[in-house]
Amino acid sequence: MMPFADFPPALILILGALLVPVFKGTARSIYVIALPGFALLYILQLEIGNSWHLKLFSFVQEPLEFLRVDKLSKAFGIIFALNATIAFIFAFYVKKCTQHVAALIYIGGALGTVFAGDLLSLYVFWELMAVSSTFVILARNTEKARGAALRYVLVHLFGGLLLLAGIVITIAHQGGSIAFNGFDFATQQHTGTWLILLGILVNAGAPPLSAWLPDSYPEASVTGGLILSAYTTKTAVYTLLRGYPGWEPLIWIGCIMSVYGIIYALLENDMRRILAYSIINQVGFMVCAAGIGTHEAISGATAHAFCHIIYKSLLWMSAGAVLYRVGKSKCTDLGGLYKTMPLTLIFGIIGALAISAVPGTSGFTSKTIILQAAEHQKLFWPWMILEAASAGVFLHAGIKFPYFVFFNKDRGLRPKEAPRSMLLAMVVLSFLCIFLGVYPQPLYDILPYPVDYQAYTWPHFVTQMQLLILSALVFFLFLPMLKRTATISIDFDWFYRKGSPLFYRATDKALNGFNAFAGKFFIGKVVKGASNFFESGASRIACHIMTPIWAMQGHSSEQIEDERQVLFKRAKRGAFPIGVTAFFAVIILGILSAIFLVKR
Amino acid sequence: MSPEKKEFDWFDRPESRKLLWRLLIGASVVSVLLELTLVFGHGRHDYFGIDGMFGFYALLGFVACTLMILAAKLCGFVLKKPEDFYGDSKEETLPEDIDDALR
Repeated sequence: MMPFADFPPALILILGALLVPVFKGTARSIYVIALPGFALLYILQLEIGNSWHLKLFSFVQEPLEFLRVDKLSKAFGIIFALNATIAFIFAFYVKKCTQHVAALIYIGGALGTVFAGDLLSLYVFWELMAVSSTFVILARNTEKARGAALRYVLVHLFGGLLLLAGIVITIAHQGGSIAFNGFDFATQQHTGTWLILLGILVNAGAPPLSAWLPDSYPEASVTGGLILSAYTTKTAVYTLLRGYPGWEPLIWIGCIMSVYGIIYALLENDMRRILAYSIINQVGFMVCAAGIGTHEAISGATAHAFCHIIYKSLLWMSAGAVLYRVGKSKCTDLGGLYKTMPLTLIFGIIGALAISAVPGTSGFTSKTIILQAAEHQKLFWPWMILEAASAGVFLHAGIKFPYFVFFNKDRGLRPKEAPRSMLLAMVVLSFLCIFLGVYPQPLYDILPYPVDYQAYTWPHFVTQMQLLILSALVFFLFLPMLKRTATISIDFDWFYRKGSPLFYRATDKALNGFNAFAGKFFIGKVVKGASNFFESGASRIACHIMTPIWAMQGHSSEQIEDERQVLFKRAKRGAFPIGVTAFFAVIILGILSAIFLVKR
Repeated sequence: MSPEKKEFDWFDRPESRKLLWRLLIGASVVSVLLELTLVFGHGRHDYFGIDGMFGFYALLGFVACTLMILAAKLCGFVLKKPEDFYGDSKEETLPEDIDDALR
């Protein structure tokens, strides 16, 4: 065996990323293709059961396991590295090195997460992904990208904290063991596992923790969006398949995700935002499969994730090529591009057909395994919702995206066809979409559990075609209702994008208002009043006592007024004639003596 | 007449659109009729009873998509906002990742 046969593949990309600045121009573009290509070859030859340990912290009993090769992690590793290689072929035109470095570290983090054998190394790579992906978004270097990246990293740091808290509690529950295997739904429900689950669901894009995805990915660069679309959500899917198989709430969370993604994708105007919502819809299927948790469902979700990464990348590439050539991404600005970008259109349509699970494409041979798993478990409503969502996929991603971008209205745009490197990448992915749709056996062979699944039966073909063609019919019947408007749709990010300024203003009004009131009342009124009282209160009392006495003595009101003023001034200065002082002193002495005597 | 070769605009022509409409309706009918081969053949397996109904998947596709479009339309009344809703600044220049030819 090779001496480095059990080296973590994540480190190939992470360490290799640091060498990117050494290369210049074309050499750099080739280097960033070769690096994930090498990682792919390396992962392919890893044997099941390989592992690599690192004794890092003395306070943890077990060593960290940076490499755990089993069928599940290997399948995700293969597709991650494969997709990265092709994405960098697409990105041949990118000259700046920051985006390459960030993207390679990000993909390395994703590989690290799926090959992590314990909770702590999982967390380390998880956070590495969060940070490096933020730089992928920032690399577009626009005002909007900076805003989106800031919101993105805040959400992910929040998710990371949930994960960390959950991990700490879970380790305590496991008696100090950092092992990460499947948590059992029946016996291992506690705060720790639930917090970990919440942290994972943030990355999976489950509403209401989902708004970061359509907020940030479409603000990334042409290549940045393409790379981001594949990894964060799919590492979350992997982690659910690994740690939470059979957790029933996931079935319903997945169903909600799949419908929520469709509704928002139908409302959207920006083509890359349509694709972003479509990710949530697709990941919903996989989350649901994790909730079903049978061997068939886990294998189905893995196959779906594998094929989804390929056709979703293909869709992002065709959208990216349009954005690159036209500089616009809104459906209201696009249309009629079939005339000058026919190849981009054809590849985009292959991706669109694959995501819609049209027979002959990879969606048909992978996603439908999940549906069958639901049937076998007799889960009527989840099955029904997923079937309905399958029809909805054809609406928003299968037809809406190509229709509004390439057909619809001719807006006089005559861009050139996509650059050759982009076309080459799209050819490879299109080939894979069709190859895995026609001959899925190589994919079935690498799934975690053996599947005995026949996609191509005549009944299955007929029912699937019915579902899809009638969906297409509905799309065109309701086309006037689907007319694009130059709008955005508010999502859960409203709560922090509008809510936090509102909260700020509300607290500003409430707390600062209270502060101002308190200042006015205490400093302006109470302190002043007290000072007045201590300054002249005694004199005033003396005046008040004397006024009726003077009146009884028959003084006129003018005289009383004069006497009052004299008394007030005297009392304030304490300048009484000695006789008066002595008189009062005698009276007080008398009173005190009387009290003293009575007490005796 | 311009010396350039005529642009391919087949999809913009009204007669092409009419043809595509007919194809779509035809395909819908054919897809439902194809199920007859199952009825007269060895049938198809159903798991829940209702999914064995004739034309179930066609109906499901039609109803589900209609409901989703209507739901989206309704949600749109509440959720759709003008593009500057969040007060984002308008980009003055093209980002760097766009074709240099556009500059």
